[in-house]
Amino acid sequence: MKTIREFLGRRSKNPTWRAVLFWLVPALFLGFFFYQPLLALFNLLFSKEWGFSLGTLNFSQVWDPLWFTTYQAFLSTLLTLIIGLPSAWLFARFRFPGKRVLRVLTTLPFILPTVVVAAGFNTLLGPRGWINLGLMALFDLSTPPVTFLNTFGAILTAHVFYNTTIIIRVVSNAWSKQNIRLEHAAKVLGASPWRTFREVTLPLLQPHILAGTLLVFLFNFTSFGVVLMLGGPQFATLEVEIYIQALHLLNLPLAAVLSIVQLVYTLTITLLHNSLTSSKNLSITPRAQTLVERRPNKGVERFAVIILVVVLFSLLVSPLASLAARSFVKLEPSRGERGDIERGLTLQFYRELGVNRRGSLFYVPPIAAIRNSFVFALITIFITLILGLLVAYGLRQSSPINHVLDPLLMLPLGASAITLGLGFIIVFNRPPFSNLNFPILLPIAHSLIALPFIVRTLSPALQSIPNSLRNAARALGASPLRIWYEVDLPLLAPSILVSIIFALTISLGEFGASTFLTRPEYPTMPVAIFRYISQPGALNYGQALAMSTLLMLVCASGILLIERLQTAGKDWF
Amino acid sequence: MLTVENIEKTYEGKPLLKKVSFEVHPDETVCLLGPSGSGKSTLLRIIAGLEESEGGRVLWKGEDLTDIPAHQHKFGLMFQDYALFPHRNVAKNIAFGLRMQNAPKEEIQQTVKEALRTIEMTGFADRKVTELSGGEQQRVALARALAPQPRLLMLDEPLGALDRTLREQLSFELRRILHQTRIPAIYVTHDQEEAFSIADRLLLLHDGVILQSGKPADFYHHPKNVWVAKFFGLGNLVEGEVRSRSPLAVNTPFGVFHARCDGNAPQKGEKTSLLFRPNQAHIAGIEDTNTLTGKVIDQVFQGETYRLSIRINYDIPNFIVSLSVPAEIGKMISIGYSTEDILCLQNGKGES
Repeated sequence: MKTIREFLGRRSKNPTWRAVLFWLVPALFLGFFFYQPLLALFNLLFSKEWGFSLGTLNFSQVWDPLWFTTYQAFLSTLLTLIIGLPSAWLFARFRFPGKRVLRVLTTLPFILPTVVVAAGFNTLLGPRGWINLGLMALFDLSTPPVTFLNTFGAILTAHVFYNTTIIIRVVSNAWSKQNIRLEHAAKVLGASPWRTFREVTLPLLQPHILAGTLLVFLFNFTSFGVVLMLGGPQFATLEVEIYIQALHLLNLPLAAVLSIVQLVYTLTITLLHNSLTSSKNLSITPRAQTLVERRPNKGVERFAVIILVVVLFSLLVSPLASLAARSFVKLEPSRGERGDIERGLTLQFYRELGVNRRGSLFYVPPIAAIRNSFVFALITIFITLILGLLVAYGLRQSSPINHVLDPLLMLPLGASAITLGLGFIIVFNRPPFSNLNFPILLPIAHSLIALPFIVRTLSPALQSIPNSLRNAARALGASPLRIWYEVDLPLLAPSILVSIIFALTISLGEFGASTFLTRPEYPTMPVAIFRYISQPGALNYGQALAMSTLLMLVCASGILLIERLQTAGKDWF
Repeated sequence: MLTVENIEKTYEGKPLLKKVSFEVHPDETVCLLGPSGSGKSTLLRIIAGLEESEGGRVLWKGEDLTDIPAHQHKFGLMFQDYALFPHRNVAKNIAFGLRMQNAPKEEIQQTVKEALRTIEMTGFADRKVTELSGGEQQRVALARALAPQPRLLMLDEPLGALDRTLREQLSFELRRILHQTRIPAIYVTHDQEEAFSIADRLLLLHDGVILQSGKPADFYHHPKNVWVAKFFGLGNLVEGEVRSRSPLAVNTPFGVFHARCDGNAPQKGEKTSLLFRPNQAHIAGIEDTNTLTGKVIDQVFQGETYRLSIRINYDIPNFIVSLSVPAEIGKMISIGYSTEDILCLQNGKGES
């Protein structure tokens, strides 16, 4: 006994040994639930079982979705920059009425589930949306005049909605931290405002703009829910194609090929982004913040600011407001309802969430989807918090193994949820881990997706606790466990709460992996919304909207809470 | 050359500059001295055109600069944090202003070379500015400001970020370079020693106005009021009330003193303050009319002199004097001042 203690005691002084201890469980978890399925995808290509060989692969089966994905991602990113960069300037340099509200609004897209956003645009511009129904009533038309759903434009619009705020965050943050005296120095040395921008401001912002652009491109590239729900099947990006091949055409090997292509692509971008963000530390002394923000002067400047504020407000608010409003209004007949229907305000859609109608899409009332989602979210929180804390403590040890393990942990960020879902159904298809008798596969997938975010929240918080505090506690007589409880835990508490909210909202809104892993009797909210919204009849549509609105509320309150908790200047990227 | 007329500016609702006016003449280095928060840097930014004033104007040789944008002022400004462009090397930082004037390449190269020689950093052309030491950055910032040959150079606490020994060394260098280039300059600082060593003329900014201006020696010999004497740490200040006007006699807690006065003597009964400079004290003799008696409680050897702290009573701060002979701690001592050496000062701050 004594020798074991001595053995452990001696080892516990060695940082690598301690790092190994902390990493053990997370590494096993990642290995089993992430890297095993990933390897299985590769393996699938060479297994005889499916009678598939790479030789028979038609080039255009891979090339077409890859090209389209790249093309739409490029175009979406370009549009995002066109709105995002001027908006970043707006946020970095000006004071204007409504700035606080707008700043809070820009945080929303970070966490709103794709199904909610898709539902929002559906209620605004879809065939049953406000604009179409309004125009039909106004001009007595029999068909919706505006075609938005299932167009390329719909995909682009939703991508701009999602990603403008990333550009605003990343760029305006760097912009407002830029020392205003550099601009002053350039002006005094004779540079005109335009030349000052081109020679000083822009070059210094460039790495940040590039990093933000890559991130946006990555998100556009891997976007799934938006493309599926707003673009329809004819706009097959890699993600949608994987989904169709795997779940509808049951061509798993082709899905695997596409997944691998996608993985290589996204990994390259992720690595590029990481190398950029680590080298962008130009020494810019942040100073005199108050000097930087000012009211817009002059005619042109004022005009530009007003236009930007209006554009941002309508982009961010209109789909969400229209979703919420539409969920309380009945405008069209329910299925089987004939003759004059009652139009007007109603709570019917919310009430119907609890009713198990005959012929409903699932075997359970819709409210069960809400319950399922929350149960899965709780499990996700539990898993990610434990793993996240272990990893954060592992990363704190000054051991070389962190240089290897840290990137391996962040890889799930680059792999798409669709790839993960596909890997899961390939690997975990027989007991004890089959999806049928191991229902926590879904929250495990959610945990893998959420874990990088949780670690990025917890690890910096942990690093910022100076060791002198622990030493002081130890000198005052606290045991190691007591130190953790009295020093670490209270100081980590806000970050733990932020992590919980992240895990909750990510799990509640996750759609990609869920489409693979959700079982009909345990639907989650996003899956239910996806199914209901495309069904005929006011009731199905209304239920989808009611559920979307609830989901939006939960996520929005979550992000607002995070905003309050996070200290100023912290960033998620 | 430069005329600053009635400049007004508020900061967060409070007046920061209240009708500040002064002039800068050719070949002159003017030092704008004032405690931190007195609006010195704001005034510089207004002159440079980087900030708008709320009243008054800035003129160059009679030409109003109000509506001329900053980049056409042809003034140089050196910032406290230097504001060197981190994405450009030393040579390119120095060349920036010349490039903005669209100067020919050869001329730029030539000027940069000369500038590097002037600041004694010849081998540094290709170095990153982020790798320079504080003193080196400071010199590059100076070279950058001077390279386009500005009509006026403004320096905002240029030595503020450096440590003391470097500061002394660089202040002499600055003085040399400023006099060599003969560019009129406004030098902002809160450090009086720095101001004394650089300035041809001093402007003391306090409470939004130029409280006093003149040669460094004027401030020493003729401080305008109590605040100025305190700011420069000229000596012991004792409050009192005028007892008679001619000859001037003042009632103080230390007794009655005869004093001299710059300009008009105050009215009888008026509150006033007396300045006793430590180095003008002597051990009192019988012929002295102005004497103080107290207990020596501390003595510091300072080379030529001994600095004594004398407690006269517990209600007033200790009195500081410098004497050429040592005294004994704990003993009573009598200090004398000649009437010529006691200066009667106005209590009020602001302009009279």
